[in-house]
Amino acid sequence: MSIYSDSLAAAFGLLATADSDLMEILYLSINVSLLSLVLSCAIGLPIGAILAIRQFHGRDTLVGIFNALMGLPPVVVGLLVYLHLSRSGPFGWLGLLYTPQAMVIAQMILITPIIIALSCQVLEDMHEGYKDFFDSLVVPKRTALVAYIIDARYSLMTVILAGFGRAVSEVGAVIIVGGNIDHLTRVMTTAIALETSKGELELALALGFVLLSISLAVNFLAQWLKASAKRRAYV
Amino acid sequence: MSDKTTPALNCLLPITVDNLSLAMNDRVLIDRITCQIKGNGITVIMGPNGAGKSLFLRCLHGLVEPDSGQVYFAGEPPSPAIRQRQSMVFQAPTILRRTVLANLLFVARQRGMSNSQTSIDCLAQLRLDHLAQHPARLLSGGEKQRLALARALIIKPAVLFLDEPTSNLDPTSVDTIERNLQLVRQQGTKIILVTHDLGQAKRLAGDVLFLNHGKLSEHSPATSFFKNPESKAAKDYLAGKLVF
Ligand SMILES: Nc1ncnc2c1ncn2[C@@H]1O[C@H](COP(=O)(O)OP(=O)(O)O)[C@@H](O)[C@H]1O
Ligand SMILES: [Mg+2]
Repeated sequence: MSIYSDSLAAAFGLLATADSDLMEILYLSINVSLLSLVLSCAIGLPIGAILAIRQFHGRDTLVGIFNALMGLPPVVVGLLVYLHLSRSGPFGWLGLLYTPQAMVIAQMILITPIIIALSCQVLEDMHEGYKDFFDSLVVPKRTALVAYIIDARYSLMTVILAGFGRAVSEVGAVIIVGGNIDHLTRVMTTAIALETSKGELELALALGFVLLSISLAVNFLAQWLKASAKRRAYV
Repeated sequence: MSDKTTPALNCLLPITVDNLSLAMNDRVLIDRITCQIKGNGITVIMGPNGAGKSLFLRCLHGLVEPDSGQVYFAGEPPSPAIRQRQSMVFQAPTILRRTVLANLLFVARQRGMSNSQTSIDCLAQLRLDHLAQHPARLLSGGEKQRLALARALIIKPAVLFLDEPTSNLDPTSVDTIERNLQLVRQQGTKIILVTHDLGQAKRLAGDVLFLNHGKLSEHSPATSFFKNPESKAAKDYLAGKLVF
């Protein structure tokens, strides 16, 4: 078990001294994931809302597609983004391959369907529940939507957390389009993959520990939101 | 009876139902109902389970579009503008995930009423004032139904539809609800009430519509309906027999 204790000790050493490599990787990871999340929410939440309250031709098919896209394999997304951004690809002239922007694009493709599908589900449930009452009261669609969002705020925050959890822990897409370049596109997951393969277990474990903590924190936050929503009878 | 009624409230009367029909999945659920609802008494709709009472109420309120036939309020077909002057209390009311007071304020705000004192008074009227800041979803069945009635009454509707508002409620809640219905009736609101409760019908009804299999079996003044019903279905129903 000395491999654990030695590496863990070294890992905590890195964390305690706020090792600059480690901090840089952490900072980039959080930045890329948060930016992907914000952009995905900006796109995904309005689409989810429209799908939840409007009936139009092909609406159910669209919802089905977004549900299926939630399970997109990250490496395939990485590969497709790579093909589009590579020098011979249609967007090669943008010069985005192996940049943080490319990683943001790949993560957005991964988490936007999650935001759309889950928020659509949440808001559709609200719509089902409130419809008769709101129809009777002649509540305008816009007011109704605002009411759904307010009354489902806990569930919607859980949806957003799920998107963040997926973005921050994903490795397959960002390693392909980011290239895991030191000081440029190295994030927690890609660094863990690289350091492990090099046998540098200290940094890998230190990063793994932080990633695990973030994951757990996100999950605890989601649990806590759920519990407090229940306590106040918001569900 | 010489009730003082506010003319402004009663201007949606009479309610004329002209040959109303509705089918769903090839089943006729409302079958050529024609009647005229007027006067300031409470109109009670009775009939066995599945007779179409709830659907009929929804058609009147304009929530369900009939296949044929028409409803008129003082000669006008249903419209959002007319619906805004009506309220409906559903059998299982939707409670917003907010406090009791916020439930009421939401409704008040939809009608441009910004004075929260009106809402607080309305809660007191339904004996809910001590629960104002309580999460509404945690209320008991009787309290929820009283909140639904408070939400319906705060906009001072010209017509108030109620779909079995007191089934399975405690007697105190039933009493509070019935007192309030009598009160707003005297203030000029036209009440149309679906109920299974014979005692309640006798206490409240001015006239009775009896529905069976989507058809209107009879429409009589309450006194003659309970003493001497015209239709066999109503006779059996009042005698406590099974109605087929
Ligand atoms: N949305 C619907 N689609 C199909 N059938 C319905 C629908 N709503 C009600 N029904 C049917 O219409 C009949 C009358 O329903 P309802 O008006 O709820 O009866 P009740 O008199 O008990 O209130 C029932 O047989 C019910 O199954
Ligand atoms: Mg019913």
